Amino acid sequence: MPFGNTHNNFKLNYKVEEEFPDLSKHNNHMAKVLTKEIYGKLRDKQTPSGYTLDDVIQTGVDNPGHPFIMTVGCVAGDEESYEVFKDLLDPVISDRHGGYKPTDKHKTDLNFENLKGGDDLDPNYVLSSRVRTGRSVKGFTLPPHNSRGERRLIEKLSVEALTSLDGEFKGKYYPLKSMTDAEQEQLIADHFLFDKPVSPLLTCAGMARDWPDGRGIWHNDNKTFLVWVNEEDHLRVISMQKGGNMREVFRRFCVGLQKIEEIFKKHNHGFMWNEHLGYILTCPSNLGTGLRGGVHVKLPKLSTHAKFEEILTRLRLQKRGTGGVDTASVGGVFDISNADRLGSSEVYQVQLVVDGVKLMVEMEKKLEKGEAIDSMIPAQK
Amino acid sequence: MANSFTRMMTGRNPAVLLAVGAGSLASGYLLTENAAAAERRRLYPPSADFPDLRKHNNCMAAALTPTIYARLRDRTTPNNWTLDQCIQTGVDNPGHPFIKTVGMVAGDEESYEVFAELFDPVIKDRHNGYDPRTMKHPTDLDSSKVTSGMFDEHYVLSSRVRTGRSIRGLSLPPACSRSERREVERVVVTALSGLKGDLSGRYYSLGDMTDREQQQLIDEHFLFDKPVSPLLTAAGMARDWPDARGIWHNNERNFLIWINEEDHTRIISMEKGGNMKRVFERFCRGLKQVEHLIQERGWEFMWNERMGYILTCPSNLGTGLRAGVHIRLPFLSKDPRFKKILDNLRLQKRGTGGVDTAATGDTFDISNLDRLGKSEVELVQLVIDGVNYLIECEKRLERGQDIKIPSPIAQFRK
Repeated sequence: MPFGNTHNNFKLNYKVEEEFPDLSKHNNHMAKVLTKEIYGKLRDKQTPSGYTLDDVIQTGVDNPGHPFIMTVGCVAGDEESYEVFKDLLDPVISDRHGGYKPTDKHKTDLNFENLKGGDDLDPNYVLSSRVRTGRSVKGFTLPPHNSRGERRLIEKLSVEALTSLDGEFKGKYYPLKSMTDAEQEQLIADHFLFDKPVSPLLTCAGMARDWPDGRGIWHNDNKTFLVWVNEEDHLRVISMQKGGNMREVFRRFCVGLQKIEEIFKKHNHGFMWNEHLGYILTCPSNLGTGLRGGVHVKLPKLSTHAKFEEILTRLRLQKRGTGGVDTASVGGVFDISNADRLGSSEVYQVQLVVDGVKLMVEMEKKLEKGEAIDSMIPAQK
Repeated sequence: MANSFTRMMTGRNPAVLLAVGAGSLASGYLLTENAAAAERRRLYPPSADFPDLRKHNNCMAAALTPTIYARLRDRTTPNNWTLDQCIQTGVDNPGHPFIKTVGMVAGDEESYEVFAELFDPVIKDRHNGYDPRTMKHPTDLDSSKVTSGMFDEHYVLSSRVRTGRSIRGLSLPPACSRSERREVERVVVTALSGLKGDLSGRYYSLGDMTDREQQQLIDEHFLFDKPVSPLLTAAGMARDWPDARGIWHNNERNFLIWINEEDHTRIISMEKGGNMKRVFERFCRGLKQVEHLIQERGWEFMWNERMGYILTCPSNLGTGLRAGVHIRLPFLSKDPRFKKILDNLRLQKRGTGGVDTAATGDTFDISNLDRLGKSEVELVQLVIDGVNYLIECEKRLERGQDIKIPSPIAQFRK
């Protein structure tokens, strides 16, 4: 909550044992890491904007999780959260990001020319290509914590930056609270519109407060570059198009992002970034590149092959249904994207997707012909 | 009764002394202030944060002006609870064109004082003009005063009285920390274990309940769920669920207490049939005994003579009392005068699932509309008289006779 330490000092009148949450039925990264000792050490701390440990963990306390899916269970309220609460967040980051250490450095590479190939994924199989990431604007607190005034200012700066773009990036902003019915229907039909969060993972973290104030969607006239303002992060930037030309999608992604960043920097509000954690976002799972590059691809035979999961794991890819996270696949069409975010660059992660999807399409074709694919199964990347 | 609440606190939270009693408080004062927070306040004046309430229909939105917001935004209660936190639920839930919700909650007893400039007009709006600055609320739990409390059971299927109580010195459900909530549970459960005779019973903690116990409590309509209504979740009342939540009921299964749901406690007396007098008698007796048991250990209920019992939602101030019946009114419910009759009797109808549900068949939940400005005895008598009138109407319509709309009841004692 904005501006204060909200009740935290008052809680210090109670002992650690009395305040410590009951995590006995919980299965999330925060619950696995948090001990009474860590809680005791961090409970009287706050970031300069007043974000506290209980704020960080509330979503994980309220959402015990799922036996099969390990959620993160904590969020940052501002850039400094990752510093002030590092005794909790470093181990969570390590668990979530394959053993990433507090001393590791993250490489950022948004030079699309470093990507090899990626323009020739078979459109008979690859139906669409998409790359998304998030950006946080320096000098503001994050969606779990920010006030209406901050959120509105983030919106104002974002709209200024976006409406100054031209050429292939010329577009228009649609604020959620003044959208017409016709605009809304069109945005839904284009699969652009985001809803008020209903997932308790987000609502318990306070990200839906004051909806729809300060929220909106911007997209270019070509409908291939899209920015969400003030949803789960300050900005979510999405480049997408039908077919398999991931190279072009990534080019537009990198160019657009860099243009936007330049404008924000001119106003002394660059993006939150550091050389250890890369781009700083609300959820620790999106640190690093914050990048999810993926395709919708038809793999009816491969997806039923006994080794499908293993192939994905080795390629460092993950599958989702075509509705996005936590949905099921329809008609053998899967959303395949990179699993990693932190510890490798944007180019590297998109390269994994390009190479991995290319390989899987070859495997699918082989299986169609009734041939075996065992010799094609790759080593662990 | 009134005097016992104006005596000195037994040292739970000395800051509360500032809040109790009439007169305007000087402020919220900021217990902690650091340079960064001060800088942010400078960068974001109150006008930058004023919520957009143009599409809203709730009491808070009707009362909040930029001037009030500017004066109150940077104040905090002694527990550091803020105005933004009080109004968040009303900002997040614009409301319904037909139903005017309250749109704000208290985080602690002091909220009603520190943010009086907003709470007072909201209270006035919700409670028919009641002015907590100038009026006194009567508390009367003497059930012997109630008359004609036995309904015709051909029409009345069940009778129920509920209220809420808050434990002075502990923050309310939107604001409480886990340890405060656990303390509420400890204080109340310890007190309840001292009840004897027809009131003796046991406690079921929500987290430790077995499946069988859970099913039994659901079948008896006792069990409460994790709140899903965004009115409650946006106010932070579902945090840490199900930690320190539970249900206590007596062995006879007609006296029931919810712990740490929307209020610290909700107390319910109910039984099948039409003996409202007995239901109210048990209600008052149980309440008094629980109060006595917590006082033995140095605790007391939040109460003052202007607002009566202090609860989370301003709509429940005063008595916090809803007395009602499930009643079959096949003829009357189809009569076009039904609503006007209810309005004039100061009664409301709900479906048999409770608030915001529809009636099944011809059976309705009929209860008092008012909470503040009339005592418990007055409100229960009003329900008794009103329900008896409805039954008279029903009988007359059955016989083909005409009915009359009664004249409206005065809304509260001035």
